[in-house]
Amino acid sequence: MSATLTKSAPTPGAGGGTPGRGAAVRGALGGALRSREIAVAVVLLVVVAVATVRNDSFLLSADGWRDLLLTPSILLLLAAGQMMVIVTRSVDLSVGSTMALTAYLTGRLFIDVPGIPIIVVVLAGVALGAVLGLVNGVLVAYGQVPALVITLGTMYVYRGIMLTWAGSDRINAGDMPSGFLALGTKQVLTIPLLTIVAVAVVAVVGYYLHTARSGRELYAIGSDPDAAKLYGLKVPTRVLTAFVLCGALAGLAGVVHAARYGTVSSGVGNGIELQAVGAAVIGGVAIFGGSGTVWGAAIGAVLLVTINRALPILGIPDFWQRAVVGALILGAVVLDRVLALRQSRKYDEEREG
Amino acid sequence: MSDTPSTPSAPATPVLEMADVRKSFGPVAALRSGTMTVESGSIHALVGENGAGKSTLVKIVAGVHRRDGGTLRFEGADVDFTSTAESKGAGIAVIYQEPTLFPDLSVTENIFMGRQPLGRGRRIDRAAMLKETTEIFERLGVDIDPRRPALGLSIADQQIIEIAKAISLDARLLIMDEPTAALSGVEVERLFAVARSLRDEGRGLVFISHRFEEVFALCDRVTVMRDGAYVATTDIATTTPDAIVEMMVGREVGELFPKTVATIGEPVLEVRGLRSAGTFRDISFDVRAGEIVGLAGLVGAGRSEIARAVFGVDAYDAGTVTMRGKKVRPRRPRAAIAAGMAFVPEDRRKQGLVVDASVARNVASVIRRQLSSLGLLTGRAENKASGPWAGRLEVKTNALDMAATTMSGGNQQKVVIAKWLATEPQLLIIDEPTRGIDVGTKAEVHRLLSDLAGQGLAILMISSELPEVLGMADRVLVVREGQITAELDRTEATPESVMKAATAGAVPTELTPVLPDALLKEVGA
Repeated sequence: MSATLTKSAPTPGAGGGTPGRGAAVRGALGGALRSREIAVAVVLLVVVAVATVRNDSFLLSADGWRDLLLTPSILLLLAAGQMMVIVTRSVDLSVGSTMALTAYLTGRLFIDVPGIPIIVVVLAGVALGAVLGLVNGVLVAYGQVPALVITLGTMYVYRGIMLTWAGSDRINAGDMPSGFLALGTKQVLTIPLLTIVAVAVVAVVGYYLHTARSGRELYAIGSDPDAAKLYGLKVPTRVLTAFVLCGALAGLAGVVHAARYGTVSSGVGNGIELQAVGAAVIGGVAIFGGSGTVWGAAIGAVLLVTINRALPILGIPDFWQRAVVGALILGAVVLDRVLALRQSRKYDEEREG
Repeated sequence: MSDTPSTPSAPATPVLEMADVRKSFGPVAALRSGTMTVESGSIHALVGENGAGKSTLVKIVAGVHRRDGGTLRFEGADVDFTSTAESKGAGIAVIYQEPTLFPDLSVTENIFMGRQPLGRGRRIDRAAMLKETTEIFERLGVDIDPRRPALGLSIADQQIIEIAKAISLDARLLIMDEPTAALSGVEVERLFAVARSLRDEGRGLVFISHRFEEVFALCDRVTVMRDGAYVATTDIATTTPDAIVEMMVGREVGELFPKTVATIGEPVLEVRGLRSAGTFRDISFDVRAGEIVGLAGLVGAGRSEIARAVFGVDAYDAGTVTMRGKKVRPRRPRAAIAAGMAFVPEDRRKQGLVVDASVARNVASVIRRQLSSLGLLTGRAENKASGPWAGRLEVKTNALDMAATTMSGGNQQKVVIAKWLATEPQLLIIDEPTRGIDVGTKAEVHRLLSDLAGQGLAILMISSELPEVLGMADRVLVVREGQITAELDRTEATPESVMKAATAGAVPTELTPVLPDALLKEVGA
C-alpha cells in the first residue's frame, strides 16, 4: 500500500521541526551515526591519514596543507550549485563549459580593459554564468525536455562558443594583474582565501536550503513533482532559479580557476561536470531529488579531489585512480538503495505491527 | 425520476451550490448535469456507481477541470477555478483516496509546504510550524510523529496529513473522495471521528463512498448521481439504502450484458495459495475453459495485484500458478504467455498499447518473433497477421497503419484484445474491460468477451462495475483487503451478496448492510 510513497531513504537534513530535549540527544546521536556527511568525512580523514603516513608532506608541509585546502575549492563551488539542481530532480551537465567560458571571459576582460577593477571582473564572471544557467533553466522548466538532454546540448554549445571565441588564444599569467593572481595564493591564518570563499558559498547555500521557503520547495519539487503541482508551488520558477544559481556558481568557479592557475586554456573544466555530480551523489544527495544536503555534496567534493591527489602518493596507477572514484560512486548508490529498502521495510513492519 | 428532491429544511447557509454543471472530454460527456448543495456544518454524501460522474464533479470543484457550463457558487459567490491553487485559496480542500505527499519531507513540512510560518528575516519558523502541527494532531486526536518523514505512512495516516493541511488552511469545504476504500475498520472509525469534529466546527464536508453503511453512519444528507447526471438529494434520516440503490442503478442490467451460455470445460488456470506480503494472501481459485470468472471488490482490494502476479508481472512470496496442469514460472510474463495466458491491463494507454505505433504493429507486437524471418519483421507480415483480427473484432479504423492514439477508447481496447488473441491464448485476464469506454462500444466488448468464452476461452475479468460483473461472470470471486472473501455462483451473485463480501468487516458492526430487493430483480438473478 506504500506504492505512492516508495522512493529514496529520508535524510536527517530534509526533516523539519526542532526536536524536544530528550529526543534531541538521541536524535543527534542516531543522526551522527547514520549521517552521510559524517560517514564521508570519516572516509576523507582516513584517506588523508593514510596518505600522510606514506608521505608526511601530504599534510604536514606548508605546500601540502595549502593544496589540501585549496585544490577542492573549484569543485566545492560546482558541487554546491549542482546539488541544488539535483535536489529538484534535474541535472546540469553544462557547468564545466560554463566555467570555461567565464574563465576565458576573466582573462579577456583583463586584456581588453586595462585597469578594470577586480570586483567588476568577478561580478561579470558570475553574471555570465547566471545567464548561461538561465538559458538551461528556461529550456528545462518551460521546454518540458529532460535536463539531462538539454544540458548535454548546452554543454557542447557553450564549449563550442568558448573555442570559437578563444581560437588558438590562451590566457597566461602575464595577461592578468598580479593583484588578481594574488587572490589565488592569499591566505588568512594559513587558510587559502579561495577556500574561505568556497566554504562561505556552501554555508550560504546550506542556510538558504534550510531556512527559506523557496529552498524547501526545491526539495519538495524533487521529492514528488506531481505533488508539488497539487500544492500549488511555482515549479518552473523554482527549477529556473536552481539552474541560475548553479550557473552563477559555475561562473564564479571559472573566475576562481583563472586566479588559482593563472592560465586559461581551451580544456578548462573538461569533464568536471561529472565530478560535480559524483561529489553530490557520494555526499548522499539523492539523484532522483528530494533529499540530501549541500554539506554532503561539499564533503563529497573534497573527498573526490583529495582521493585523486592521494592515490598517486599511495603508488596506485592512473587507471585504478579512476576506478576508485567509480567505485566510490557505485558504493554510495548501493548504500543509498540498501538503506532505503531497510527503511521502507521498517515502516512496513511498523504498520503491520 | 419519480423521487423528486424533497427540499429538506436547510439548517445552515450553503457553502457550495452547484447547478446543472456540465463537462465533456472529447465526445464523452463525463458530467451531464452536476447539481449539489452543501450546507456548512453538515456532511453530505455523494453516491453513484463507478462512472456516474462523481470524480469529474469533484475535480471541477477542486479546479482540476474547468466546467463547460452550469453554475458553481462557493460561499455565495460565483466562482470559476482555473487551478487547484485557486480553489485551495478560496477554502476548498480535497482529500483523495491516495493522497499525494512528499515522501522525503517531514510530516510537518508536508502540511505547511509553500506557506510555512516565517520568523525574523523571512526565515522559516520551524518551532511555530511544529507547534501548530502538534496542536492540530491533538485536536484530531491522532498520534503521528510530526517529525517523521511522510515516507512509509499508511494511507489512513496520509489522509490525516491531508486533513491537517486542510485545517491549517482553514478550509470551509472538505471533499473526501472514497477515503475509506483502503482503510481498516479502526482507521475508518478514526476518520469518522475526525470528520464529525470538523462538521461540528461548522465546516461543510462531502463524503464520497460506495459503502452505504458508512454513508448512513456518518452523513446528514445524500445526493445520488447516475450516468453523469443528478438524480436526487434527500435527508439521510428520511431515506433507506434500498431507495438509494434504486436511484443509483435505475436501469435494466440484463440488457447491457449479453452473456451467452457456454459449456464449461476443464480447469485451464489453477492458482493455489498465492501470497504477496502486504498485498494479498491465501489466493486459490480455478478458471475453466469457457468460463468467465469475475474478480469483484472495491478499488484497492488487491484484485489487479493478484492478476499481475498470476501473469508474472509482479513477484509473489508463496503459492503456485498452474496452466493446464503445468506450473508457470513466477515473475516471467514471457513464460505466462508461452503457457497460453494473455493479459489486458487496466490502463490500456500506458500498459496495453504503444500508442504512437500503428494498429498493425500493436496487434503484431506479442507475436513479432513468430512473424519475423531471419530476425527481420516486415510491415507486410504485420499487416497480414493483424488484418484478420482487427476485422474480426470490428476495430473501427480506416487503415491498419493508423496510430493507435488517434482511436477511441473502445477501439483501442479492441486493439489490445486483438493483440492478445493473435497469440491464440487459452486464458484471457482482463482488468477493467470497459473503463472509459462509451456505452455502445461497451456492449460490443461484452458481446466479444461472451463470444470468446463461448469458443472455449477461459476468462478472468476484473471489474469495479458491479452490473458488469453480475451480468458477465459465470462465477464471482470477491476480494477484500487482499483475501478472497466469497466465491459466488452466477445464481448466488447478487448486488447484496457481492457488496457484503466486499465491504464486511470494514463497517461499524451495529449497521448490518440492508440491501434492496429491487436491485435483485433488476439483475435478473
